[in-house]
Amino acid sequence: MAKLSREDILKLARLARLDLSDDEITEYSSELSEILQYVELLQSVDVDGLEPTNQVTGLTNVTRADEVRDYGYAPGDLLKNLPDQEDGQIKVKRMVG
Amino acid sequence: MGAWLPIAEIAAKVAAGELKATDLVEQSLKAIEGNKEFDAIIVTLASNARARAAAVDAGDNKGRLAGVPFIAKDNFLVFGADTTAASNILRGFEAPYQATAINRLEAEGAICVAKANLDAFAHGASTENSDFMTTKNPHDKTRVPGGSSGGSAASVALELAPFALGTDTGGSIRQPSSFTGVVGYKPTYGTISRSGVVAMGSSLDVIGPMARTVEDAALIFDVMAGRDDLDGTTIERDSAGYTGLSGDIVGKKIGIIKEYMGEGLDEGVKGVITEAADKLKAAGAEITEVSLPSLPTALAVYYILCPAEVSSNLGRYDGQRYGHHASDAKNLDQSYTHARGQGFGKEAKRRIMIGTYVLSSGYYDAYYKKAQTVRTKLINEFNKAFEEVDFLLGPVAPTTAFTIGANADDPLQMYLSDVMTVGANLVGIPAISLPAGLSENLPVGLQLMAPQRSDRALLELAQAAEGLLV
Repeated sequence: MAKLSREDILKLARLARLDLSDDEITEYSSELSEILQYVELLQSVDVDGLEPTNQVTGLTNVTRADEVRDYGYAPGDLLKNLPDQEDGQIKVKRMVG
Repeated sequence: MGAWLPIAEIAAKVAAGELKATDLVEQSLKAIEGNKEFDAIIVTLASNARARAAAVDAGDNKGRLAGVPFIAKDNFLVFGADTTAASNILRGFEAPYQATAINRLEAEGAICVAKANLDAFAHGASTENSDFMTTKNPHDKTRVPGGSSGGSAASVALELAPFALGTDTGGSIRQPSSFTGVVGYKPTYGTISRSGVVAMGSSLDVIGPMARTVEDAALIFDVMAGRDDLDGTTIERDSAGYTGLSGDIVGKKIGIIKEYMGEGLDEGVKGVITEAADKLKAAGAEITEVSLPSLPTALAVYYILCPAEVSSNLGRYDGQRYGHHASDAKNLDQSYTHARGQGFGKEAKRRIMIGTYVLSSGYYDAYYKKAQTVRTKLINEFNKAFEEVDFLLGPVAPTTAFTIGANADDPLQMYLSDVMTVGANLVGIPAISLPAGLSENLPVGLQLMAPQRSDRALLELAQAAEGLLV
């Protein structure tokens, strides 16, 4: 299972929205196979009766009051990194049509 | 230990008017300028730092870190300079808000003078994965400083500032501290807010100080630690705080981790660690050998969970709101795929691909869920060990600093540099790298670990041990 073909790599790249060059596709197909082969050592570990751990300090559902707070930032400060904007809104390529 | 006084003394002298913050900032900027050949620093914040120093000298000098210059790893959001995470995709990104850790340090009068190099997005063990440059080890310029916080570690070793900040997801504070001979502290998971720090593996990431002494590191940790509404994973700080440490070695039960002392450990490193354990024993510690049988699986667990979390965290770099924008994109889909393809470096892409694979339909149970379950097994084994001993001891890394280029073409070999550090991240416990001696003229770090939330006890032991080691 751990041998990744060119098609597997292209499928993953598609899922991750990553453009890869031909060289990268070749490289990743062998490197990822090697890494996945290494992590397969976990398949033989006995975990009978154990639950998966997501959070190590035992916190669950930490929330805070849903209140508006003033952090002192002007909207312009928060928009200054936008590559493209119009009327204070994020401008992206058209989605439909 | 020549260029700077202990941090508490600097602040006291600034408060008393015996030292000027402006002079301290100039001293730091001059040291940075004079050590450019090591490529430790991505950018200086000279004008901001000078303005802050002037304010301190004008009377705002009562903080616990008044006038103390520091260097932040370039994955901390700091006002006044780009935050790049040493990645091309964030080149030109100007922090719209500032990290809680930086705010807390500034509130006590500390002054950020520069941002340090790292492996891009903190993915790596050498800084060779930086999209900009490789930092050189101050002890030997042909070698890496370790990583990912390699620029921060080199900065402290070169005394560019009295302390630096790092982040540690799988060893990124401790391993470079070991390689450069400085003190690097990875606290209990959740002790310091990560708000405003570029996320890598969110169930593993911690922030920590890198400094020349345990006392300095503990003071910086004390200033940063504590709950923060902006990071829901933060936990309460120790009611006793983390300063005024008065550790004693006598009677402390310390377990040498058997699995870290065997195959794959460099003989020179082993010698330094064994000698360090002997010194602790001679000082009155009870030293035993402890086995954590599943520990050899920790690296495999890490290299499933970490890339999975990386692939998710790096999803936000979509070229629409900030970061590299693909000007050649013809449609919306290309604006994503081109921006990410052009902006991410090799290692980021590699981890996104692995993470996407282990989280994808059909493989999730076999990889991701299995790794999370083995993580539980590791936690249980550490808990059991801590019923027998107060602390665990071992090396930080299997080798001393390796030569630049030695592991660059073999990602799996590079990952093995984390083999002795990932355990503490998976289990969420505090761990420290202490300079323990030299092997063939290169620094070797001793790693000490304690149960979750035992940060104060660990720092006390480390401070007591520090005096014995070198």
